[in-house]
Amino acid sequence: MTEALLPWDRAVLALTVLAVDPAGLRGLWLRARASGVRDRVTAALRSLPLPLRRLHPGVDDTALYGGLDLAATLAAGRFIGSAGVLAQPAALVLAMAERCPPGLSARLARCLDDPGFCLIALDEGAEPEETLATALTDRLGLFLDLSDIGWSDSTDILIDPDRLSDARQRLPSVQTPHDAIDTVTKVAAALGIASMRAPLLALACARAHAAWSGRDVTDADLQLACALTLAHRGDVPQPAPDQDEAPAPPPPPPDPGESDQTRQDQDDRPPEDILLEAVIAALPPDLLAKLAAGRAARMARGSGTGAVRKGNHRGRPLPSRPGKPGAGMRIDLVASLRAAAPWQKLRAASVDRKGLHIRASDLRIKRYQQSSDRVLIFAVDASGSSALARLAEAKGAVELLLAQAYARRDHVALVAFRGTTADLLLPATRSLVQTKRRLAGLPGGGGTPLPAGLKLAFEVAQQTRARGMTPTVALLTDGRGNIALDGSANRAQAEADTMALARALRNAGIPALVIDTANRPQPALRALAGVLDAAYVPLPRADSRRLQAVLSAALES
Amino acid sequence: MTHPFPFSAIVGQSAMKQAMVLTAIDPGIGGVLVFGDRGTGKSTAVRALAALLPPITVVEDCPVNSARVEDCPVWAGPRSGVMVSRPTPVIDLPLGATEDRVVGALDIERALTRGEKAFEPGLLARANRGYLYIDEVNLLEDHIVDLLLDVAQSGENVVEREGLSIRHAARFVLVGSGNPEEGELRPQLLDRFGLSVEVASPRDIETRVEVMRRRDDYEHANARFMTLWQAEDARLRDAILAARALLPELKTPGSVLHDCAALCIALGSDGLRGELTLLRAARAQAAWLGDKSVTRTHLKSVAVSALSHRLRRDPLDEAGSGTRVARMVEETLP
Repeated sequence: MTEALLPWDRAVLALTVLAVDPAGLRGLWLRARASGVRDRVTAALRSLPLPLRRLHPGVDDTALYGGLDLAATLAAGRFIGSAGVLAQPAALVLAMAERCPPGLSARLARCLDDPGFCLIALDEGAEPEETLATALTDRLGLFLDLSDIGWSDSTDILIDPDRLSDARQRLPSVQTPHDAIDTVTKVAAALGIASMRAPLLALACARAHAAWSGRDVTDADLQLACALTLAHRGDVPQPAPDQDEAPAPPPPPPDPGESDQTRQDQDDRPPEDILLEAVIAALPPDLLAKLAAGRAARMARGSGTGAVRKGNHRGRPLPSRPGKPGAGMRIDLVASLRAAAPWQKLRAASVDRKGLHIRASDLRIKRYQQSSDRVLIFAVDASGSSALARLAEAKGAVELLLAQAYARRDHVALVAFRGTTADLLLPATRSLVQTKRRLAGLPGGGGTPLPAGLKLAFEVAQQTRARGMTPTVALLTDGRGNIALDGSANRAQAEADTMALARALRNAGIPALVIDTANRPQPALRALAGVLDAAYVPLPRADSRRLQAVLSAALES
Repeated sequence: MTHPFPFSAIVGQSAMKQAMVLTAIDPGIGGVLVFGDRGTGKSTAVRALAALLPPITVVEDCPVNSARVEDCPVWAGPRSGVMVSRPTPVIDLPLGATEDRVVGALDIERALTRGEKAFEPGLLARANRGYLYIDEVNLLEDHIVDLLLDVAQSGENVVEREGLSIRHAARFVLVGSGNPEEGELRPQLLDRFGLSVEVASPRDIETRVEVMRRRDDYEHANARFMTLWQAEDARLRDAILAARALLPELKTPGSVLHDCAALCIALGSDGLRGELTLLRAARAQAAWLGDKSVTRTHLKSVAVSALSHRLRRDPLDEAGSGTRVARMVEETLP
């Protein structure tokens, strides 16, 4: 059973165990674009023993938890409440789950912690970065990716209802072998899965499958359960899990002819190794790599200030749209009246009442689009002989950028490093006057404290980000640092500090740009740009216009 | 399954459990922040906390859990004055909660049906004299954070909106949890938490297996499991009550005060909140252990959780600020 399941068989099995025990498995993360194959999967959800409730990412608290039913209250003239979706246990189907905002993810996660609920998240993300929030992926037991399954590979999923109800009845009395918990825990640990929810979900899955097969939990159930519930959670699995304290010895090369029956002959192999193989075989490795990359990118963005934010309080007005005021939405009175106007005569005829006739469907709410300000942080090398020229060009570029800043919402900050320290010469600003005054007399010369410069740029970037701006760091230098962070002239230490800071910058998700102003391109700077995940631009004898052109292009991209 | 997972049945995570017990002994310490990976038992521990806390006596129909009839807010109307014993409230503040749900707002139902202008209390009213739990606190929107800071500092919730002018007591212990990889917390809010602990998944297989066994028993042999561990929880609750009784009689020698100040200066922590919390936590720890006087040992055992979140952040420090505090404790207080 160590060969990979066929993708479609896997999907059918996953839906079957979900139908047996939806509350125990907590749900399904279904990654697929809308397609006929996905429809076949969602059609099978009708076998779940819970009522299906559809949600969308824009669902508000009133719909979730219940509250005032505005339309009915307006019509009746007395308070009419509406029950929320979460009022009783249900199978929640979340469409467009990749667009689920953190607030909704947190509410759904809280609700999944209560017994009885089950969530089917339809993740239609096209890019690896577009995916479900980790708060939910951690809690959902099953994962399916349908992107490689064609229509002809799939069939209608028919789950025998009688067998299903038998399995559900049998489920509470299914016995688990004593060492099953040990085995599952070891497999999860060997896969590098930190969360303790994963092995619990695997156990629930094994129980559900055993109940479906009409027996107590066996190794085959555990194997399948690990493949269904653990495979997508681990780090990209290596053939041998490289963990120092992992007690399991690395698994021997896979034996193609192996099956459950031959396992008895191989007592030297601990059961978790066989399970581990099943997990690794369960999913194509490139998919795992993509998922991991998506997760990393998501974490890096984390803090929630995107480049463009759609809100309902500030910014450029967008066309208003139908909706109910409340939950932070404000009513657009003029648009609501305009929507109601054509109907006045008709409505006046049908209802015997004077005055304006406004229905709930006329209400329009305001929307605004707000782009968060960008800030370009220059980190300029002011050391050595060429310092003066480079600084002058950097100053020129700053002023040229600021001259355009009225059209775009750009702020500029400037960090210069020389001698043993770095100084913030210009805090983030849009004021051209202030910039000219501050940059008037800049000293140059001395050593190259590249780490100190990067560190200060990093701090400025984090401060501006906390103020809701989107920072980009532009590093202008012609060589490697020779002064370490502690101020000592130690080239090796300076190099190590620089790399550590570059990694910190990249982990914080701050975009950067390395401009090499040396006469010949420096390999060390190219390497630094690699660590920073930044564009590398060699610009010997940079003049301010070319510099500004490069920076504008980098900002636009 | 109506009872949450018992607190004493949580395997390992001693730092987190210690911090929660200390705030239960002395709520004045001011809250716990739990940062760590997913699935490490953060939410489980907080939800289990309610069972551990001794019940409070409240006026039966008071919306803010007042201890005396004269403390009941005027806007709530006349109260019966019947005193009842209730479990300490542990209120969930969901992410993305709107401002009016947090502070309270005009009661729309009464406004629409009876044409009365009445106040509908929010989460802060319900959390008075109890705990306010914020999961994913680092993803909370800024304007809610500002509001919480203001109320946590003043102990009073003031509502001036929709023609209402209302104030009521809102003294609560903030408990926050989150995953630092998804966003940092503003230093102003960090400082507001008395203790902070970092939790990680257990590394050794034995512990992990034990976690799984207990959870499995909780789900499939609930009755037996709960009888066993609820007794354990009751013992813990008695110990907390005993420690609370000991707290006022505790002696604090001058040398301990000196140690507090020396440690905070050496660490360069901002403000004096660090020293004050450190001392309170050390006193609670001494009371917990049943000692008559605070010593340097007590101080050292709480220093990391009381101070690690008050340091200036160092982007190069990969070990985390907890290690820095531990190192500094060894250097300054041998």
